[in-house]
Amino acid sequence: MRFLSRKTGVAAAMLGISALALSACGAAPEESGKAAGNSDYIGCIVSDSGGFDDQSFNQSSHRGLMAAADDIGFKPREAESKSNSDFATNLTGMMNAGCNLTVTVGFLLGDATAQAAASNPEKHFAIVDFQYDKPIENVKPIIYDTAQAAYLAGYAAAAASETGTVATFGGIKIPTVTIFMDGFADGVAKFNEDKGENVKLLGWDKKKQDGTFTGDFEKQDKGKQVTKNFIDNGADVVMPVAGPVGKGAGAAVVDANKGGKDVKLVWVDSDGYETAPDYKAVMLTSVVKTMDKAVEEVIVSDADGKFDATPYVGTLENEGVALAPFHDFDSKVSDETKSELDALKASIISGDLKVESKASPK
Amino acid sequence: MSEQTIGQPPAGEKPVAPPEAKNSNNELFRKITQGPGLVSVLGVFVALVIGGLLVAVTDKKVIETSSYVFARPSDFFSQLWRAGTESYVALFNGSIYNSAQGFSPFLETLTVSTPLICAGLGVALAFRAGMFNIGAQGQIIIGATMAGYVGFAWHLPLVLHLLLVVLFGLLGGALWGGLVGLLKARTGAHEVILTIMFNYVALYLLDFLMNTTAFRRPGETNPISPILDANATFPAMTGSRLHLGFVMAILLTVLVAWMLKRSTLGFEFRAVGHNPEAARTAGVNVARTTILAMAFAGALAGAAGVAQVAGTEKVLTVGVAGSLGFDAITVALLGRSTPWGTFFAGLLFGAFRAGAVNMQISTGTPIDIVLVVQSLIVLFIAAPPLVKSIFGMNPKKRVRKTETIKAGAK
Repeated sequence: MRFLSRKTGVAAAMLGISALALSACGAAPEESGKAAGNSDYIGCIVSDSGGFDDQSFNQSSHRGLMAAADDIGFKPREAESKSNSDFATNLTGMMNAGCNLTVTVGFLLGDATAQAAASNPEKHFAIVDFQYDKPIENVKPIIYDTAQAAYLAGYAAAAASETGTVATFGGIKIPTVTIFMDGFADGVAKFNEDKGENVKLLGWDKKKQDGTFTGDFEKQDKGKQVTKNFIDNGADVVMPVAGPVGKGAGAAVVDANKGGKDVKLVWVDSDGYETAPDYKAVMLTSVVKTMDKAVEEVIVSDADGKFDATPYVGTLENEGVALAPFHDFDSKVSDETKSELDALKASIISGDLKVESKASPK
Repeated sequence: MSEQTIGQPPAGEKPVAPPEAKNSNNELFRKITQGPGLVSVLGVFVALVIGGLLVAVTDKKVIETSSYVFARPSDFFSQLWRAGTESYVALFNGSIYNSAQGFSPFLETLTVSTPLICAGLGVALAFRAGMFNIGAQGQIIIGATMAGYVGFAWHLPLVLHLLLVVLFGLLGGALWGGLVGLLKARTGAHEVILTIMFNYVALYLLDFLMNTTAFRRPGETNPISPILDANATFPAMTGSRLHLGFVMAILLTVLVAWMLKRSTLGFEFRAVGHNPEAARTAGVNVARTTILAMAFAGALAGAAGVAQVAGTEKVLTVGVAGSLGFDAITVALLGRSTPWGTFFAGLLFGAFRAGAVNMQISTGTPIDIVLVVQSLIVLFIAAPPLVKSIFGMNPKKRVRKTETIKAGAK
């Protein structure tokens, strides 16, 4: 505080005030009595500790709720959980706020949601990325057979690799992460089998169900370090399954390419070309889970009085999961690979080809 | 804590070099951890005002109306007032009383504050023994892990099961804290470094355990433990989440108060906290006292872990400790490291946490604002001269006072 002399302080204050005054000269709007919402329906969402800006499932589920709110015209209620002990409190809060349907995000909210559902049988719930052993009447699970799309990504990555080595790593070893890695591994294996090649996969061993994890979904430097190690070991396509940690991987890829390498990135959850534009120059493709669409659909149909507890399973068939376009790499991926991917997609949809993961929806 | 020492010139302008650097560190440590309670109260007040202003200036309607503040100033100021107060009203409704639910939000406040009080006591006790216990987080985790395991893996009769859960939780925390004390006493390693590292060890240990079949719920691939036996959990009040753990927190507060004031051990803690050399000369076994102080601090944090697994969550997950261990440091600082001060600081933070839920649901104010207020409280407590100067309590510094306010307002 003492670094500022009195004069500079006064000058800064004057500047600030004049800036404020300039921006404050607009005309006052006409008074209007229009209310924001025109529906009695209330849709709500409770996040896990990732928060609604996690660039992952909390964020996309939240986007789905907002879209539904726009469709129907209700005021959404949202509660971010800062720790696991907030789950029950937040759900109680939602019940008191009169929510018709509450979306809860992630397996950690499983118990709390089941409890709230049991004590509020007339309310509806939807839980993202989790499925109960015994279905609950008023809880709709929204789950994804991500392995299907990751399979295509694995195949595409193996086809795009020039060094014959690709890599993947996860944030935390949980099913919603390993399902990506299982599918990716199988896709690589399929490529090797069909082409008689020997593309190696670093970072995940499907048989042992073990591999490389950064330990959380936060520390980007750890993702950068892990990716650098992969690149040093010859990998030229990397798929980080770690939410924001993927940005660390992107930074490592950009660094390596500055040093003359040609490494590519496979993004997950959303189309990274749009959501992580800093790395779009190295973005081969993305494994997309369209959670916002599923959440929006569930809420809209609940508002129409059409709720059911049958799990929504996102697949290639219903476009709940998908392989994103190649964007800038479109010209570099051969037509042969593209038609093979289309054929694989078709046979997964028809059921001829089964992509299996321990973490697949039951 | 005389007025002279507080009214000293700002850092970097020390007129007289302190006789011994170590002693001045000690003095500063005590000033921050155990200064007068008034600073706490004023610190909370200022933090709340700044928090309210932050809410107000980031409010959408306030920003809208500010664009035509000269055309119709009434809009702007009424919106400013509304945004600033609405959030705090919601906070109050969610933590103490509202017309729809009566005082049941207050029970929620008590529930949320239970682990905060226990862990806060752990940090406060270490403060009094002259140690900065950053390790409450790890101690909570190990306490919760041991308590949780006993709770879901063993199947024992009523009362006995819960007693063992509590006992193992305390033991787990005591072990984790005591190890730090042992390393400090034997090797002279600094407890701050040790506790921070022990936090990581505890976290990753739990992370590892949660992926083993012994800890994972059967038929589940996610890292979540089985639900604790009904016999192993604290009985809860019907219609709320408030459980017997709160009584445990009260008992622990009484116990720590008694220990520090009346027992020989507590006297030794305080003696070592004031001046280890003098304590040694007076015949106190400093090594033993250090180990015991950290073990007791750990046990108290372990009790917070018990309150989590056996009270509110009833399962063990990697996130069982949340950010409790770090909030506990704030609670202990705010409570000036006295047992009852910590108790009430824990209640206040519990109210913040419980109320924040209602605040974000009903007004849409981000819950992070509560974290900002908490952080500001720490800031003001760590810098008592700042608070004092804001309220003009530095007698000799009338001139500087006005400058500080200006700078603070920027």
